[in-house]
Amino acid sequence: MINEKNKLCAFAAFSLILATAPLYLNSYWVDVLNSVGLYAILALSLNIILGDAGLYNMGHAAFFAVGAYTAAYLNTQFGLPILWALPVSGIVAGLAGLLVARPVVHLRGDYLLIVTVGVGEILRIALINDVFGLTGGPNGIFGIDRPVLFGFKIRKPQEFFYLIWGFVAVTIFLFYRLKNSRFGRALDYLREDMTAAEGSGIDTGRYQLYAFMVGAAWAGMAGTLYASKMSIISPESFSFWESVVIFIIVILGGSGNIAGVLLGTFLIIGLPELFRGFANARMWFFGLAMMIMMIFRTEGILPHRPRVFKSLDRQRP
Amino acid sequence: MSLLSIRNLTKRFGGLTAVNKVSFDVGEGAIVGLIGPNGAGKTTVFNLITGNYQADEGDILFSGTSIKGLRTNKIVSLGVARTFQTIRLFQKLSVLENVLAGRHCRMKAGLVAGMLKTPFEKKEEREALAFCQEELAFVGLKGQESMVAGSLSYGNQRLLEIARALATGPRLLILDEPAGGMNEQETEALVGLIGRIKERGLTILLIEHDMSLVMRACEHLVVLEYGCKIAEGTPEIVKNDPKVIEAYLGAD
Repeated sequence: MINEKNKLCAFAAFSLILATAPLYLNSYWVDVLNSVGLYAILALSLNIILGDAGLYNMGHAAFFAVGAYTAAYLNTQFGLPILWALPVSGIVAGLAGLLVARPVVHLRGDYLLIVTVGVGEILRIALINDVFGLTGGPNGIFGIDRPVLFGFKIRKPQEFFYLIWGFVAVTIFLFYRLKNSRFGRALDYLREDMTAAEGSGIDTGRYQLYAFMVGAAWAGMAGTLYASKMSIISPESFSFWESVVIFIIVILGGSGNIAGVLLGTFLIIGLPELFRGFANARMWFFGLAMMIMMIFRTEGILPHRPRVFKSLDRQRP
Repeated sequence: MSLLSIRNLTKRFGGLTAVNKVSFDVGEGAIVGLIGPNGAGKTTVFNLITGNYQADEGDILFSGTSIKGLRTNKIVSLGVARTFQTIRLFQKLSVLENVLAGRHCRMKAGLVAGMLKTPFEKKEEREALAFCQEELAFVGLKGQESMVAGSLSYGNQRLLEIARALATGPRLLILDEPAGGMNEQETEALVGLIGRIKERGLTILLIEHDMSLVMRACEHLVVLEYGCKIAEGTPEIVKNDPKVIEAYLGAD
């Protein structure tokens, strides 16, 4: 129990420091935190697919792109306010996830990984080629509105900070609950042993699709926030490298562990900004860190742990 | 009427006929043993019943309706639960999480209910936790709920698999070598457990090599050799059947 209390204190302190960050950080650093926040949403959404369900998806940027382009298109063509576009692009990206996953989700491990890499590339090339005249080609879509919340227009990095991290907080809240529910456990079972899960009465095929759908939908919503923050989006923001970065965050931080994924995001996205002076050595350090991890701690910095059930603790003397 | 009815079941793997026109019935509330030398096709029969393999010919009737060709998880939700010959627990998850896996198919809360923690979801979780703890106590693993499944002794892992199968609320329990890797005391306790499961009104079909267990626990035996049924009846009859003696000891 003491351990649980410590965890809660650490979480509260972290939230407090983060929430007050715009008060003592300049706009540049707030902007860095904003991009950490966006990657945190992406990594948490990939964590459902990769960390919880154990499905190797290295094309996650595709769903991010679907969400961003859906929001950008609806906003610039039909004037739909960005925050209204948020659920719409979530649904569209979720359906895209379903569509992509349906024929390939039964593939195992690295085979699935290769397919998702392919899907990501196909989408990126389709965006560049302006399919159906929807995506604006290599230039992308520009002039995307800023979000308006209760009549207040969000413009400055400090304002975006609260929008993005507010969304991160909601995501953590919902995903934490999801993890400790029947749904979250089902994903654990199918990651650990597909045959045993099926034999225990779990419809593994359906849950794999659900995992893809939820992960893709959340990445799509992250895309909407990204589009309104940048006000211009183009295919190069959704390259293969983005998928790789999100993948590395989940693996390095601790797949299946929400705190681990957040830590991973700060390390992979935040730390390099601290060492801007050593830009040349960054990739070198990155690669070395990955190698050390894969040899000594394959499960990530903060690995998945079995759940603690409160009712059990109460029974103990 | 019998609960499970196997009709002319045949399964071929390439040129090998692993199960050849096997028919037998399992009556409601019975304990039936499926025995035979190694490679006789016993586990294949189990895999056919539970939908892990698809039968080439024949039919499988559960409670009067065909379950042939259904997916495993569907068959489980109809009331057929199994344990595996090679233990298939979720090794890295806790004991309680393993049993909750079995309860999954009797629960309803989905994605949205899980995120929002609706009153229905909370109540269902509470009930499932209580139910699974009872099943753990029933098989004799009380107090080990928080342990990691992989750290249990071999015998206790077998018991945990039984608890997980029981949590699905089955009418038919299929046990594949439940005493495998157990010592004498553990096997003794297992015989008692099988008796108590029967008292709950469940029907049991089991594969076992430990003949003393089979002879004590089962009321009815089906003997397979090279994929064919060679004998069937009470343990007394089967034990004295010349064909069975030949299959086990070899002919002169």
